[in-house]
Amino acid sequence: MDVVISGLLLGGAYALVAMGLNLQYGVARIMNLANGEILILGGLAAFWAFVSFGLSPLLTLVIVAPLAFIGSWAMYRLLLRPLVRRAKSRGQLEVDSILATFGISFFLVGVMVSLRAEYFTYSFLATPVHMLGTTVAANRLVAALIAAAIGGALYVWLNRSRPGMAVRAVAVSPEAAGLVGIDVDRISAFAFALGGAVTALGGCLISTFVTLDASSGVIFTMKALIIVIMGGVGDIRGAIIAALILGLVETAVATIIDPGLTLVAAYAIFLAVLLFRPQGLFGQGNA
Amino acid sequence: MPDILRGGTILLALLAVAALPFLVDGYWLSIAVTIMMYTALATSWALFSGPTHYIALSTGAFYGIGGYLVATGMSDFGTSIWTMMAIAPFLAALLAGAIGIATLRLSGVYFVIFTLGLAEMIRNLVSWVQNNFLGSKGLYVLTELEERHIYWMLLAVTLAVFLFGWRLGRSRMGFALRILGNDEEVARHVGIDTARTKVLLFMTTGFFAALVGAIVAPRYYYIEPNVVFSPELSFLVVIMALLGGTRRLYGPLLGVIPFTLLWEVVSASFPSATTMVLGLAFLLIVYLIPDGVTGLIEKLGKRSAP
Repeated sequence: MDVVISGLLLGGAYALVAMGLNLQYGVARIMNLANGEILILGGLAAFWAFVSFGLSPLLTLVIVAPLAFIGSWAMYRLLLRPLVRRAKSRGQLEVDSILATFGISFFLVGVMVSLRAEYFTYSFLATPVHMLGTTVAANRLVAALIAAAIGGALYVWLNRSRPGMAVRAVAVSPEAAGLVGIDVDRISAFAFALGGAVTALGGCLISTFVTLDASSGVIFTMKALIIVIMGGVGDIRGAIIAALILGLVETAVATIIDPGLTLVAAYAIFLAVLLFRPQGLFGQGNA
Repeated sequence: MPDILRGGTILLALLAVAALPFLVDGYWLSIAVTIMMYTALATSWALFSGPTHYIALSTGAFYGIGGYLVATGMSDFGTSIWTMMAIAPFLAALLAGAIGIATLRLSGVYFVIFTLGLAEMIRNLVSWVQNNFLGSKGLYVLTELEERHIYWMLLAVTLAVFLFGWRLGRSRMGFALRILGNDEEVARHVGIDTARTKVLLFMTTGFFAALVGAIVAPRYYYIEPNVVFSPELSFLVVIMALLGGTRRLYGPLLGVIPFTLLWEVVSASFPSATTMVLGLAFLLIVYLIPDGVTGLIEKLGKRSAP
């Protein structure tokens, strides 16, 4: 039971980050490999605000979201849109965006290392809470609840509102969306920025219970990618379920076998999905 | 240029390169070893990734397998370095084959992601096995080999890579690869087994990377999994190859030499700025010289020609 609860709580935070990446790849068609660094930036902001000003990470969320939105939007406009325009084929855009976002990711790591080279960790709501016959840290619970709230709001917005529908239309077919009068370019930039904001929020929340450092972004990028692929690209429900599965498996392997094997476990799932369901657990189209 | 003259020039250049350890030692020899190592790695990387456009970030994984097998063989099992050097590349090629079969049928992004984490995953797995079953945490690689011996062995590997690449360019498989690189659909329709071609070539790059890792292992003296399974190495190889250009066999070489020198200076004088330099190099290549130095030279040559 311990494993199930803490696994689900961890999965909740993962789900938020994977949702961010899903928006960026599913709608703007950019596989953003700097996603993990945006997450770490969010975490760094929460740490810094907490240590310097005693600001609660939950308040930092409100500041980080618009900043990350603007930052990601600028990143898309200035660095990635030229690549989208230049690309002759989907394949070339893919290669170019992989290299460019790797460049951005390394650059951000470099910036963060110069800001703070050590681990950033702080103690926030580290009080035990009893629930369903087991004990969890309050910070994990709060993080998972907020992640669920943000994710739920995003889901409702995407599926119930007109702008949300436009975003989904672009995800399904940019050409057709353009024909019915949707400004594909604007929606893409918007989705990319929104994805960045959601990811940074995830970073703020994760930093309350995981020790981060400037260079750990790449691990989160990989986990987010594994989740997105597992759930099916562009499928929010799939991403949430995949995130919960990953959280559960990682926690189970860490507690029952050895903490050193969590990444190996994540990889084993990834490989199994690639081999048997490359379109994702819930996807239908071609991979 | 007549073939005989061209052959003579290449032979002379080769002799000069081979004689280098008699002329320099210490610092410059160690830089020469590094350059030789990256030339072998980047050139064999480009043989696969150049035509297929699959960005493989697995060099560090295979290199690590080579280095780690040498270390564990010598430390834990008392085998000689030569035996391990002979075994390691074949094991790496087998692993590359398995990975290739699992991932190469899928689209580019999946492959990049999978190879990106490969070194990390193997490192985790190996550390775990090492800590729980083999007892010793660190491994010693104590040999009589000196820097210059490593240099000559790497030179031999580099030559082998170049010869292989040259032969490949003139073979049926090389021809198939060029079609595949231009359009995979077309390649499949004219009856090329694209998956098999890609897997075989990927196995070759894995083979060479592990061989280089095994040869370089004595340079470390002391090896833990954390040292040899280096993701940074994978990225450096990609940057160097792309900087030089992957369309010509000698392309990566033109990226390796300047970048290794730059990297030496940066990591000696501004060690905290290395990741930032790596990032800027990626961005520079994507935005300014997408076809690398050789592509740039060709473009300039075309423009000046009447």
